[in-house]
Amino acid sequence: MMRLVVRVMAGLAFALAAFAPALAQEEIRITQGELRARPISVPDFIGPDEASRALGADIAGVIINDLESSGWFDASDPASHIQQISDIDVQPRFADWRLIGSEALVAGSVEVLSSGDVRVAFRLWNVQTQSQMAGLRFETTRDNWRRVAHQVADRVYERLLGDEGYFDTRIVYIHESGPKTNPVTRLAIMDQDGANPEFLTNGDYMVLLPTFSPTAQQIAYVSFRDMRPTTYLFDIETGREERLFEISPEAESYSARFSPDGQSIVTTVSQGGNSDIHVFNLSTRRLTRITNEPSLEAEPSFDPTGRRIVFRSNRAGESSSHLYTMNVDGTDVRRLTFGQGIYGTPVWSPRGDYIAFTNQSRGQFRLGVIRPDGTGERIITQNFKIDRPTWSPNGRVLMFSVEYPGSQIRKEIRTIDVTGRNERVLNTPGNASDPAWSPLLR
Amino acid sequence: MKTKFAMVFAAGLAAAACASTANQGAVDPNASSGITSTAIPGSEQDFVEQTGERVFFELDSYALRSDGRAALERQAAWLQQYPDVEVLVAGNCDERGTREYNLALGARRANAARDYLVSLGVSPSRITTISYGKERPLDPRSNEEAWALNRNAHTQIVSGAVS
Repeated sequence: MMRLVVRVMAGLAFALAAFAPALAQEEIRITQGELRARPISVPDFIGPDEASRALGADIAGVIINDLESSGWFDASDPASHIQQISDIDVQPRFADWRLIGSEALVAGSVEVLSSGDVRVAFRLWNVQTQSQMAGLRFETTRDNWRRVAHQVADRVYERLLGDEGYFDTRIVYIHESGPKTNPVTRLAIMDQDGANPEFLTNGDYMVLLPTFSPTAQQIAYVSFRDMRPTTYLFDIETGREERLFEISPEAESYSARFSPDGQSIVTTVSQGGNSDIHVFNLSTRRLTRITNEPSLEAEPSFDPTGRRIVFRSNRAGESSSHLYTMNVDGTDVRRLTFGQGIYGTPVWSPRGDYIAFTNQSRGQFRLGVIRPDGTGERIITQNFKIDRPTWSPNGRVLMFSVEYPGSQIRKEIRTIDVTGRNERVLNTPGNASDPAWSPLLR
Repeated sequence: MKTKFAMVFAAGLAAAACASTANQGAVDPNASSGITSTAIPGSEQDFVEQTGERVFFELDSYALRSDGRAALERQAAWLQQYPDVEVLVAGNCDERGTREYNLALGARRANAARDYLVSLGVSPSRITTISYGKERPLDPRSNEEAWALNRNAHTQIVSGAVS
């Protein structure tokens, strides 16, 4: 069906003798509290012919959009550029770039080969120290050009911010259409920037709450294919849908999240109306119940070590809902939240430093983060309805669903920096909800 | 699928009633024509009219209210009268709250209704449950009135009704 497999065949750093050797240690680190976006220049990638130059402009556009969407970069207007890059293997005139205020320059080239493949190369320059910070060459099929651009943006982000990039990633989500009283929901996938949206299911039955496997090759989700909400697995390569387990005809299961090693899935199973957290081992096909309470347990998520699980429960009182953590075998349960409002949708950052959550009170939802030890709780944004936060692979950005009030479906996906800055609406075709961020694809 | 056929049939009856009154020049069949459509005993329409097919809940609650218990008592009595009928109890929630939480809450509501029907003597084998969470609201608006309607357990006949 569709290949997510990385097809970038070569990624070779090249350092030419004419230059000072690439300084691997050098980086400009944005410190906490420094909120200024870094001025950068990304001129159109140069090329030997019209087709290559057109692609070069597209590639630069994707890189700029990636970098600016992070909130940490501000790309210069090409009209302000003094030097026109004509050869990326020649050191740029740094004074020209310094004059327009750029701190970094991405100079790149692209060549559409006779085979139809493309060769893309770039160098990242530190304008202030006049040194090369990165230099890479890619050779790949032409339809991979957006991925190459995302990989360049990831390198730039990494070298300039000292943190892993997250642009070469995909989002699985739910596309919604039709009346609010009987919506059509479809499993859909797109690039992190909203490009290349594609449906994975046709809307014949309701699907909800997807998540990626650590390899980004499989999606766990809830399907009503069997007339009741049940955990399914979708294989992106084959398009095959597989029901994971059947406990009893009446049992339902809601959502599923993979363990970091991809070997198991944590889910919420409801029997006789009582929902508890269960872990399903994908190799032994064994389902283990790990909470056993009369209260409502739901929305489990693994920590990045795979040793602990965070979930919500109303065990402290029916009208309350708080977050708890426990070991994967259900032992050592600790209550995480004690604040006002209804806590839900906890999801552990891939870095392990924070758990994102929603909190509902006074007719509004807040998106917040809290450290796994219960300290550092803070709210980063709010809206009428917020659901399904999901972390960028580097744990710096949260993506989430926003829903507007009213008789028509109006749902969108947004991103926000974990600091609470830079909230943006992702451009999606139609109503989109339940985003889940893939790991880095490379 | 039987549900669908029954619904089509019920709609057919209503259309017939309208048609007959239209011939007499009446605008509102129930108000001025003197002709009213009556559900056939044991039909799905009869169940809806006799029992009230939905029971309603308070915010974030799956406790049956007294009006809900009364409706379920009527449902149980009706179901004992028509022992071949099998039902599906669907749990629904208002749009506030997260998607997964509402699936779990809807299951609680459906099972609260089911358990009460069983306690009143309806065989558990005649009842299945499903949670739609907040995904199938009766009223699409975002206000208290709509939310009150959307927090319900909905008993639907799936087979065995007179048609």
